Amino acid sequence: MITGIMDHVRVLARTIRHVFRTPASNTLNVLVIGIALSLPTGIYVVLKNLERVAGQASSAPQLSLFMSMSASKDVIARIEKQLEQHPVIERIEFVPRHEAFAQLKLTSGLADVIGGLKENPLPDAFIIHPKLTHPDKLEALRGELRMLPQVEHVQLDSAWAHKLGALIKFANLVIWFVSVLLSLALVAITFNTIRLQILTQRDEIEISKLLGATRAFIQRPFLYFGLLQGLLGGITAWLIITVSMALLNSYLANLTHLFASNFALQALSANDIMTLLFFSAYLGWLGAWLSVALHVWRAEIK
Amino acid sequence: MIHAAPIIQPTKVIHFSQVSKRYPGGYEALKNVSFEIAEGEMIFLTGHSGAGKSTLLKLIAAIERPNSGSVVVKGQNIATLKAGAIPFLRRNLGLIFQDHKLLFDRSVFDNVILPLQICGFEHRESTKRVRAALDKVGLLKREKSNPITLSGGEQQRLCIARAIVNRPAILLADEPTGNLDSGYANEILSIFKSFNQVGVTLLIATHDENVLQQFSGRTLALVHGSLTPESAAQAITGASNLGNLGKLR
Repeated sequence: MITGIMDHVRVLARTIRHVFRTPASNTLNVLVIGIALSLPTGIYVVLKNLERVAGQASSAPQLSLFMSMSASKDVIARIEKQLEQHPVIERIEFVPRHEAFAQLKLTSGLADVIGGLKENPLPDAFIIHPKLTHPDKLEALRGELRMLPQVEHVQLDSAWAHKLGALIKFANLVIWFVSVLLSLALVAITFNTIRLQILTQRDEIEISKLLGATRAFIQRPFLYFGLLQGLLGGITAWLIITVSMALLNSYLANLTHLFASNFALQALSANDIMTLLFFSAYLGWLGAWLSVALHVWRAEIK
Repeated sequence: MIHAAPIIQPTKVIHFSQVSKRYPGGYEALKNVSFEIAEGEMIFLTGHSGAGKSTLLKLIAAIERPNSGSVVVKGQNIATLKAGAIPFLRRNLGLIFQDHKLLFDRSVFDNVILPLQICGFEHRESTKRVRAALDKVGLLKREKSNPITLSGGEQQRLCIARAIVNRPAILLADEPTGNLDSGYANEILSIFKSFNQVGVTLLIATHDENVLQQFSGRTLALVHGSLTPESAAQAITGASNLGNLGKLR
């Protein structure tokens, strides 16, 4: 049992030494795998962040109803009553035009520009929280509210979120597509690397067979090599993503400061990292296995 | 109390029964060959090149399979042996190749340790065995050298060291003295005799007349893939060769 484990450790050590014997080509291989994997992983990170933004917005759909500038207090009071009694409306908030103006000055970071305005350009508005979530019904509600007297404009605030949601669904498909293609590339890279190794170690394989080596003994170093190369490629992809995210976030920090928000890209979760490393290692192993099956064992059947 | 004398019934380690081997393309390397080899025998296999010596050895090591007849090695039938069982059969055999089949990307020591790594020996035990095997063939001082720097005779001895490091029950040698001058050949022959004295069964294929003149034991002679009538007569170890066996014991 101990001897068996020591065997594996020794083969693994020999494999690692082997990797360092040809550092240039192996580094390039690992880099190619890393870059290939970082592409779908990167898209995934961006989508996950977009989803988060869209999720925040679309989880509570709301409508903004803007009165015309000429609407009198009476009209506004009547509409407020109508809205409060509306069956599909949960609750409403009235935002008087002076309050909206004050808030705009505070939050948008455009105080200087707004301070220069002679008069308040904003109308009175209602923020409406409906009981509905379905986009079509929300659209119907919007149409209905627009027909009310003295109403200038009704805006469905979450519409963009729904459109974004649909886009994200499509992009998720793209991720799958890209992932499958690049996984195939990873398998192909490993397959070819192992093929070259098998060619240079033909004699050793042949002699080992004559000396009583089992299939497992002969293929073990190659499988370990594929596994290791895939794993190192996965780690490279992880590093590429982490560094790019750090760079983007430092840039975003400046940008969001301007927009008075503290949005930052969320990094890969521990779960995502484990999945990435597991898959890259597995795909490397698979490429090596296919190569060994084709070049060592199929070559045997003459 | 009187004990009955035990009947010496030597175990047959190699048994060929009406074996034929035809290569793809129709070339018939062995035709209807039958013989037996008992444990502890040292036998020479002679014949011109192309007579089927190498094929016969390859059948024993399961490198080739017979087209008809049965080859039984240590109780296992080569014709029906599963692919997964072949490595374990080969671990009982020490193979000495005409072209040595050494690995030039590693030292003499690492060449000899390979069979032990394959069998999963513990490292310290392996090291001891490798040194013992190298010592036996007189190459202990060259353990760190690359085999490419060895002479032909030394490479042959290295190949022998690798074949015996696993302490196999059977040694198969294909032209072990081919291309060597008589001094080296005698040296190698005496190494073989010392193995035989400790109970190893040897089958040595050779066309070297000098070697054969020094040897008085049983020989199997092949001509165009068949055993010669004289060889066929003594192909069965039992009755006709008790005298020879007596000498070995």
